[in-house]
Amino acid sequence: MTKQRKAVSLISGGLDSMLATKVLLDQGVHVEGINFYTGFCVEGHTHAIRKKDKAKPKRNNALWVAEQLGIKLHIVDVVEPYKEVLVNPKHGYGQNMNPCLDCKGFMVKQAVNWIKENDFDFIITGEVMGQRPMSQRKATMPVVARESGANDLLLRPLCAKLLPETLPEREGWVNRDELYGFSGRSRKPQIALAKEYGFDDYAQPAGGCCFLTDKNYSDRLVDLWKARHSRAYELDDVMLLKVGRHIRPRPNFKMIIGREEGENNFLEGYRKQFIHMRTVDINGPLVLIDGEANADDLDLAAQITARFSQGKMLEKVNIEVTNLEGVSTCHSVTPLPPSQMLEEWVV
Amino acid sequence: MSHYELDARRLLCPMPVIRAQDRIKTLERGDTLAVVCSDPGAENDIPAWCRINGHRVVSVEHSEGELIITVEVGDID
Repeated sequence: MTKQRKAVSLISGGLDSMLATKVLLDQGVHVEGINFYTGFCVEGHTHAIRKKDKAKPKRNNALWVAEQLGIKLHIVDVVEPYKEVLVNPKHGYGQNMNPCLDCKGFMVKQAVNWIKENDFDFIITGEVMGQRPMSQRKATMPVVARESGANDLLLRPLCAKLLPETLPEREGWVNRDELYGFSGRSRKPQIALAKEYGFDDYAQPAGGCCFLTDKNYSDRLVDLWKARHSRAYELDDVMLLKVGRHIRPRPNFKMIIGREEGENNFLEGYRKQFIHMRTVDINGPLVLIDGEANADDLDLAAQITARFSQGKMLEKVNIEVTNLEGVSTCHSVTPLPPSQMLEEWVV
Repeated sequence: MSHYELDARRLLCPMPVIRAQDRIKTLERGDTLAVVCSDPGAENDIPAWCRINGHRVVSVEHSEGELIITVEVGDID
């Protein structure tokens, strides 16, 4: 009896990896999914922090894809090892702080380790030649295969016909004739194949599935590194960069200002780690102070907090400031006039 | 068969799923794990993960802004 071969598929939650997996399932290969969580993954839940977004359906697209395909999904926390990829990418960054080529190599390398530990035979991805300007080009696809150590154990079913034969094809585990030769940035071939398979409601996030491709997010990350004189970061930093309004009135401190109830509730969870402030008698944001702030800095921050409260037109607003020891003091401040709120403070 | 608890408060999805997944790997078939979460997304994600990986959600309780999702462990590969 022929041994059933086993492949692990890198599932992002988008359409391409869904299709690539389906192609292999239809060839009788046992496929399980693997999804890597870097901390920068764009997920509905991050947006769901905001109360106004709570009516939108919340789902993890990688789990949804796995369920549609009827495969197992292993979600792997790579937050710690990913730091080196982001801080020191061998191949540099894309348009923003996205180290796409290093990232792809890193993830495939993780998958190489996973198949060794779990006795699987090869790896598949949903890559399409020319689909992305950095990691999915003809010149860079062999780089990923080589630098990850996957070499010819890495099969890209959607563009395999444009690439040299891999081991699964040579050994007959997979029929090359039934693979595809998709290339370019057009999504038409994938959409047509999705239709053929009866897939709808799949996720197609603009800019991919990573916050690092987002300019605003990247700007905040660079600002954080610059202010700290270090590129070190923790998962909490990654999360907080996604939430609230960020204002840096002075180089030594930044304010993270909740924009509505959902964000305020989320920021509440960080109160003990930050000096924080909020309005006393009227509605206003919860504000975290990130950095080293002296009394004068805190006074300015209190004025800005008042500016973002419902008391912005009042002469005086009471702001409660709580230090890292949990001791609160009340400051009566004048809301900062709009003319003194500088545009360059906004991160 | 034993009952265990996992504190996944303040973690945003998919971290509660990952923590539950990693804990379940260490348990036996028939054990139960109560995962306490504050991210409402866990209400969809943990059951979805259970469905595709052969585990059973016994109950989902809401309590003061938190969720307690109890999972009965199925087959562990």
